[in-house]
Amino acid sequence: MRLDAMYQEIILDHYRNPHNKGLREPFEGEAHHINPTCGDEVTLRVHLAPGSGEGGAAKVADVSYDSMGCSISQASASVMTDLLIGRTVEEGLEMLDAFNELMHSKGQGEPDEDVLEDAVAFAGVSKYPARIKCALLAWMAWKDATVQSLGSDPRAGGDGPEGVS
Amino acid sequence: MTRGEHAPLDAEAVRGDFPILSRTVRDGRPLVYLDSGATSQKPRQVLDAERGFYERHNAAVHRGAHQLAEEATDAYEAARSTIASFVGADAGEVVFTKNATEGVNLVAYAMGNAATADEPYRRFSVGPGDEVVVTEMEHHANLVPWQELCRRTGATLRWFGLTEDGRLDLSDMEDLVNERTKLVALTHQSNVLGTVNPVREVTARAHEVGALVLLDAAQSVPHMPVDVRELGCDFLVFSGHKMLGPNGIGVLYGRAELLAAMPPFITGGAMIGVVHMDHSTWAEPPQRFEAGVPMAPQAVGLAAACDYLSAVGMDRVAEHEHRLTEYAVKLLGGIDGVRIVGPTDTVDRGGAVSFTVEGIHPHDLGQVLDDEGVEVRVGHHCAWPLHRRYQVQATTRASFYLYNTLADVEALAGAVRTAQRFFGTAEAR
Repeated sequence: MRLDAMYQEIILDHYRNPHNKGLREPFEGEAHHINPTCGDEVTLRVHLAPGSGEGGAAKVADVSYDSMGCSISQASASVMTDLLIGRTVEEGLEMLDAFNELMHSKGQGEPDEDVLEDAVAFAGVSKYPARIKCALLAWMAWKDATVQSLGSDPRAGGDGPEGVS
Repeated sequence: MTRGEHAPLDAEAVRGDFPILSRTVRDGRPLVYLDSGATSQKPRQVLDAERGFYERHNAAVHRGAHQLAEEATDAYEAARSTIASFVGADAGEVVFTKNATEGVNLVAYAMGNAATADEPYRRFSVGPGDEVVVTEMEHHANLVPWQELCRRTGATLRWFGLTEDGRLDLSDMEDLVNERTKLVALTHQSNVLGTVNPVREVTARAHEVGALVLLDAAQSVPHMPVDVRELGCDFLVFSGHKMLGPNGIGVLYGRAELLAAMPPFITGGAMIGVVHMDHSTWAEPPQRFEAGVPMAPQAVGLAAACDYLSAVGMDRVAEHEHRLTEYAVKLLGGIDGVRIVGPTDTVDRGGAVSFTVEGIHPHDLGQVLDDEGVEVRVGHHCAWPLHRRYQVQATTRASFYLYNTLADVEALAGAVRTAQRFFGTAEAR
């Protein structure tokens, strides 16, 4: 059945036991996104830490969220936080691009597991145009909250909002 | 034929007229179409009528004096008569719009425009101190235009609440509909709950205080006999595509004397009396409200849909859907974890059955149903405040029409159980 291809075990696991859920302090950016077609929503906070190494790239110190929605949107948020926490903002944005591309691949995408790790499980979602927004909801909220975080604290590094848009 | 003596509707025979119903979906599953509340499927008779117009009579109506223009205009106006009599109105009281949504907007904008119109068209103007009353069960189409009218004019928006069992709460009607009320806009049949509202009662109160009543009949005209005089409403809107007709055409019915006193909404060609460089006068209704080249082929298609429904008999359509609804409420209600949002009795209730399944988000439920070939609507069905009222984020809605069968209802219930097994939320039985 097609269903099994879409609802991979890893998705159902994250749906039943979401990681990093619940809003936490501290945070510099917060975004609230709603999917207007179904009313699913996510409130997501980003806490960045100034980079210490060469170039001082900002790091994603924490991503916390509260959300209501379907298994795809919930699992996607959970998987995303696992991927992003501890990475640099730049790495996170690369993942976002890769994930976005995968979601718009109409089921033809060949995701790079080295980049997307567990998020490759969502490849099956791209066959169903109505569900793509579900999978992207948390990612888009993360992008917005990150832009805010960078804007609010230049010491966190990065190029500010212009640099990530 | 008198009520109760006629043979029940033969859905299998009806299905033969709808080519799309014999196709398969998702790896060869037979199509179980339960989303007619969103849009209905079309019988060959409607498709043929529209095609016939294009193949034989196509021209811009109400323009030109050549033979095709005459034939096209005749076909368009004949369609208006057919559609008007389908709801018990006179032809001059039927305005063609894009859909029901545009019909509501037409009235709302005309009321907004009235304040700055020439003297004869000021009757409908609203402003601070005036009130517009809606209900908490409205589709966004019959809510947002009134919010906007109130925002633009300073009038106040008020609304009827709902009871726990999905009915309109009329307990504060005396207060709600009062001397300040200019217009009451309500749905005839809820697109989510299936509730059929007590229109005559509300209309009686509204008229008592001199308010007008606009009825959103997008979910009633397709499914039950509707007569505008019997209902006593002042305006009524519906969409063609939900009643076997083409997309892109809807109807605004307005009592003749009201339409005559209303300023236009959209202006342009064909809606004018005389045009000068600096001002214009308006045509009489319904032309005053039909700027631009109208959708004649769609009007012809919608008239064919009315003829099709009349031939079947709207009484029989309503009875058939009543049987399906009863069966659906019984089968779905018998599944552990299913909560029906809306009346669970079938009195004054149409064929939209919305429900939640414990532990399964409607999007996920819809995905499993779709995998089984059962096509339903999931989400808030353009009635977000209603969902908030019942503390649900979204629901799954099955909606029936004359071509659905008891077997379709069984397929729905079976697919819900499949979803429960798939997500492990209920014991596999």
